[in-house]
Amino acid sequence: MSRAALLVLADGRFPAGGHAHSGGAEPAVAAGRIKDAATLERFCRGRLHTAGLVAAALAAAAAAGCDPLLLDDAADARTPVPALRQVARRLGRQMMRAARATWPDPALDALAAARPRGAHQPVVLGLAARSAGLAPLDAAYAVAYESISGPATATVRLLSLDPFDATAVLAHLAADVDLVARQAAAAAERVATEGIDALPAASAPLLDITAQAHAAWPVRLFAS
Amino acid sequence: MHLDHKDTFPERYTYSAAAPVRPDGTRRALRIGLGGPVGTGKTATVAALCRALRDELSIAVVTNDIYTREDAEFLLREAVLPPERISAVETGACPHTAIRDDISANLEAVEDLEAAVGAEGNGPLDLVLVESGGDNLTATFSKGLVDAQIFVIDVAGGDDIPRKGGPGVTSADLLVINKTDLAPYVGVDLEGMARDAKAQRGELPVAFTALKAENGVRPVADWVRARLAEWTVGPA
Repeated sequence: MSRAALLVLADGRFPAGGHAHSGGAEPAVAAGRIKDAATLERFCRGRLHTAGLVAAALAAAAAAGCDPLLLDDAADARTPVPALRQVARRLGRQMMRAARATWPDPALDALAAARPRGAHQPVVLGLAARSAGLAPLDAAYAVAYESISGPATATVRLLSLDPFDATAVLAHLAADVDLVARQAAAAAERVATEGIDALPAASAPLLDITAQAHAAWPVRLFAS
Repeated sequence: MHLDHKDTFPERYTYSAAAPVRPDGTRRALRIGLGGPVGTGKTATVAALCRALRDELSIAVVTNDIYTREDAEFLLREAVLPPERISAVETGACPHTAIRDDISANLEAVEDLEAAVGAEGNGPLDLVLVESGGDNLTATFSKGLVDAQIFVIDVAGGDDIPRKGGPGVTSADLLVINKTDLAPYVGVDLEGMARDAKAQRGELPVAFTALKAENGVRPVADWVRARLAEWTVGPA
């Protein structure tokens, strides 16, 4: 296993479409819920322990070798609003393109053929991690980190927030990322004995509601 | 879409511009990118190209707006192409990222247009125009996304832009200097711009246009026809 492959996968510049998405930060900024570094940290902590945990567990399970199509259904069941299901599939398709070019693997080809419009992004990322020779915990780390780095980067652009402050927010949350990644990997490990329902189903209703509303905004900087 | 033999065309994994043939072995549509600063006439050039070429070629357009669907809606309103031939990509406040550093969303838009137009039974697309959202002088298209790129500036933006150079001005396959009809009103010396462009670009072509004039897009349309002729005779 190459630990450096994790750096490639988790790099914010990995060309899989993430740069055009704010992870719910754009509507939160517009509503005044994110207005500075402190409120960005609260937002990120909430997203990490809900949507971030669910996505990290799906990725860890995919990296552990669970059936990606079952995981894709599980992701649908854990994503109540259509706007976010669509975003997850669109980003999954983009992740698939980047992953197949980066770590070619018949398992990726098979999922691409079964879900030509895209599987949920965390499932594809988990499978990509597996193709790269990474462990389930690595996949969980990549997704958990991405669940906060996306909104932080977007907030720098939306609020002209000091980029050093935004990066410090990510550093403050490092222990939370450790915790969520370990929880996610542990849940993924239980899938083998307890089935797919062992995966967490935490939700953040406000993220869901604002994502659905944001999808209908006529003018916006980010796709989600 | 993913039926081709992986060992024969490994680059096909990305369906990027590196792979010039479709899964069925025919040559795919030529992809031309149009970039340049805000307000220089990129969308107007795309609209004029569609009007000039749509009777002889099967065309589709991808737009990359910064924060709206305005460019796509302009093309729809002008009815330069049917709606199913126009697709808008959202770029998350960074239009140059979507055309250069992370081209995944644009590649998907191009593929979806090729598939959608093909499925209508109208035959394959000949030409896909990818329009960047208005950006700075350093914006260029990835070779993984387009086969050739056009950089559009205008005389009203100042006659020093060709002299200042930058990747768009120096390396684009065609530099378009638009709004020549405004030159007398803004005190711009077109010959000086041509000299500066020549100094920056060497043998690479420059087209002066006034899109408001009858057939104003002709130099660009002729250049596109020539690229397409080269593309079509390339090895399949």
